[in-house]
Amino acid sequence: MFELSGKTALVTGATGGLGQAIARTLHAQGASIAISGTRAEVLQRLAEELGERVHCLPCDLSKPEEVQALVPAAEAALGSLDILVNNAGVTRDRLFLRMKDDDWQSVLDINLTAGFRLARAALKGMMKRRVGRIISITSVIGTTGNAGQGNYAASKAGLAAMSKSLAAEVGSRGITVNCVAPGFIVSPMTDALNDAQKERVLTSIPAGRFGAGGDVAACVAFLASDEASYVTGQTLHVNGGMAMI
Amino acid sequence: MSDVADRVKKIVVEHLGVEPDKVVDNANFIDDLGADSLDTVELVMAFEEEFGVEIPDDAAETIVTVGDAVRFLEKNKKS
Ligand SMILES: NC(=O)c1ccc[n+]([C@@H]2O[C@H](COP(=O)([O-])OP(=O)(O)OC[C@H]3O[C@@H](n4cnc5c(N)ncnc54)[C@H](OP(=O)(O)O)[C@@H]3O)[C@@H](O)[C@H]2O)c1
Repeated sequence: MFELSGKTALVTGATGGLGQAIARTLHAQGASIAISGTRAEVLQRLAEELGERVHCLPCDLSKPEEVQALVPAAEAALGSLDILVNNAGVTRDRLFLRMKDDDWQSVLDINLTAGFRLARAALKGMMKRRVGRIISITSVIGTTGNAGQGNYAASKAGLAAMSKSLAAEVGSRGITVNCVAPGFIVSPMTDALNDAQKERVLTSIPAGRFGAGGDVAACVAFLASDEASYVTGQTLHVNGGMAMI
Repeated sequence: MSDVADRVKKIVVEHLGVEPDKVVDNANFIDDLGADSLDTVELVMAFEEEFGVEIPDDAAETIVTVGDAVRFLEKNKKS
């Protein structure tokens, strides 16, 4: 099940915690992958560790001309592109009254607009070949909202609504468009919490633990697989029950 | 029929899965050949590839029949 041999995937934000887990899982399922991020040396290290079927494509998603070149570069490296994972994302948390236009715009540019441009570029080849998977990593915050994250929440809700609209457009062409919405995932940020803070957060998570990158990556692998061909326009929430939607 | 018309017809038949004899000069892609709006976008992409041209959005909007496509491509084709 969820076999991806012979398939090709582009994962953005593959230098980050979740992106590395997603890249590893898709690769382990047999996919050939192109990994992207701004830190070329981190990509290189991951590629060396994984061995064959990995291509490094450094790209700064805040630069439109680099975004435009990424999908063609992935298609050139992989032959064609079956699976796009929009995973790169940033936060610029500010209380609303203090939020500068630039705090808003830079988060929207990277989290939402880059995702739109990559999806549009990837669609051309997918439409022709009548197969495709576009998977965006959103967040529980995109559904619940969160104080101090107006920009981030808007970007993630935007991705979810964009995905539903696109799913409606291209459903007849064998292309599915979905989101995976993580809750609290172990990361340098969660590591920095003290025990009392951790305890408080954990009381709101029925599963009784923070999520791991692998929990999210498994959902991405499922949505990328042939078995998920009848799942489209959906958000798969991976949050240990902290929000039941 | 011109060479361009033959190539256009072939693309339309393949893409929309319609009978070749329905693909006549005044056949409207949507009303007569059963295309939806996404099909028309895909047809334009296929014409661009076949004829090595870029068809801007405002020109694409004027291509509603087989004949429109043939005339546009005869005027603008590169290959
Ligand atoms: N961790 C969580 O608890 C959690 C929860 C909900 C949702 N998420 C979402 O999951 C995704 C991954 O998060 P993470 O926890 O793995 O965060 P992370 O470790 O901070 O990784 C973020 C990734 O985004 C990339 N990125 C940031 N700015 C970029 C730019 N301008 N151009 C290209 N790439 C850029 C980074 O690449 P470089 O470092 O190479 O620039 C990095 O690979 C994000 O979309 C995030 O919103 C995470």
